[in-house]
Order: sequence, then C-alpha cells, then structure tokens
Amino acid sequence: MTKQDDERMKQLLQQSLPPIDPAAEPSRDLWPAVLRRVDAEPAATSGPARQNWFDWALLVGLVVFAASFPATIPVFLYYL
Amino acid sequence: MPQGADIARCEDVLNRFRLGDIDAFESLFREHRRSVYGWILRIVRDPAAAEDLTVETFWRIHRAHARFEPTRAFEPWARRIATRAALDWLRARRNESGMTDLDVADMPSTSAPDPGIAAEVRLKTAQAFARLPPSLRIAATLAVVEEQPHKEVAAALGISVGAVKLRVFRAIRLLRKDLLEQGITP
Repeated sequence: MTKQDDERMKQLLQQSLPPIDPAAEPSRDLWPAVLRRVDAEPAATSGPARQNWFDWALLVGLVVFAASFPATIPVFLYYL
Repeated sequence: MPQGADIARCEDVLNRFRLGDIDAFESLFREHRRSVYGWILRIVRDPAAAEDLTVETFWRIHRAHARFEPTRAFEPWARRIATRAALDWLRARRNESGMTDLDVADMPSTSAPDPGIAAEVRLKTAQAFARLPPSLRIAATLAVVEEQPHKEVAAALGISVGAVKLRVFRAIRLLRKDLLEQGITP
C-alpha cells in the first residue's frame, strides 16, 4: 500500500464522516444535570477507596497467577 | 490577551475550584462547556450522547477537583477527562449495531458530501470505521476527520505524537482491509 493509497483512504474517510461544525452547541443548559449528578454522587466518597480495593485485588491475582505458572512471567514482562 | 486583573480572577477561580467551591466550579463549567461539548461531539458524533458525556465529564472533573493543579491550564486537563469519558462510551457501544444512514445524515457537519463518491460507499466506510477498535478510531477521528494537530490529539489521549501517528496508520490500514473484504476498492 502506497502513500497515495493512504491519502485516498483519508479523503474517503473525510467524505464519509464530514468534520463537525465547530459552532455546535448543546441544545439545553446542562448545568442542572451536572449539579444533580454531583449531588447524587459526592466527590469524596467514590474514587480512591474503590480504586484501592481493585488495585490490590488485581495485584494479588497477578502474583498468584505468576506463582502458579512461572513460565508466563517473561510474557507479562514483554507486554508491560 | 487576558489582562492582569483577569489573570488574577482566573487564578482565584481555579484555586477555589481546587478547594471544592461549587460557585467556582459553575464558573468553569460556563466558561468551558462549549469547548468540552464540541470536543466530545467530534469524537462520538452523536449530539445527544455528547450532551450526556459533557455532564459525565464535568462530574468527573468535579470528582477530581482536589487533584487539579491551579498552575496548569484547565482546558487541556478538561479535554483529557472528556476524551477518556468519550473513549469509555465508544468501548461500551462497540458491540452494538453499526451506524445507519440516519446517523450519518444527522451529524452537524461543515461540508456537503462529494457527489463523486456513492452514498453507499460513504455509508459502508462509516460502518467499517465504527467497527475499528475505539483507541484507533478516536485517534483517526481527531487527526484525520477533524484535522486536529497531532500534538493536541496526543495531549488529549495522554500518549506521544508518535503513538498518535501509529494509531492513525493502523486505523487507515484496517479500514482499507475491511472495505476490500466488502468488495470496495478505495
């Protein structure tokens, strides 16, 4: 495939998915929806605790897997 | 160009936002909602979904307020969060049905389609594009379709400029392969 083929593909893509109008705006005021979402799920409660739990579970799973199948360790290291 | 008083006001808003001030958050929302919405719309190409994702993005922004560094610009940070939200949406929708004629016609585009390219070819191209892995699709949409600078695309995706070029290259190759399999020679 040549560079010309790539250019033709790009042109076809631009014709199939024309660029979006940069002046496009939301059809409604989104602030009330943002506020409802913020009130429903306060910032302090969600993120870190859940993330921490998942990180540790993932780490434990990987260690157990690597201990059970040591031959896979180089494969893991390759994809890191 | 912002004047001294404006810069001080911006810094004050950003500092208050970092501390969780809801008025400062609203002020930032009002200032950046259009650009965030526009950026998301470029990626997902669905106005209703872009509105929902704008809400999701600002919720994520609020959730991460304590991690924001007021010395850095708000816009690129918001754009990166918006890109992540849009990518999650594309991944969730990947196994759903492809685009239809209506989807393509409904997009608020800037240009009329080239009559030299058959509508069926355009539709099949759009459908094939929708089947690409979301990480490749998002890079190709922003860099090729929307012609955004590679540097900005890289910043929004949190990858290097080289990685953006590689993703675009792979997207174009996969798209061509898909079209050839359907008997369309681009």
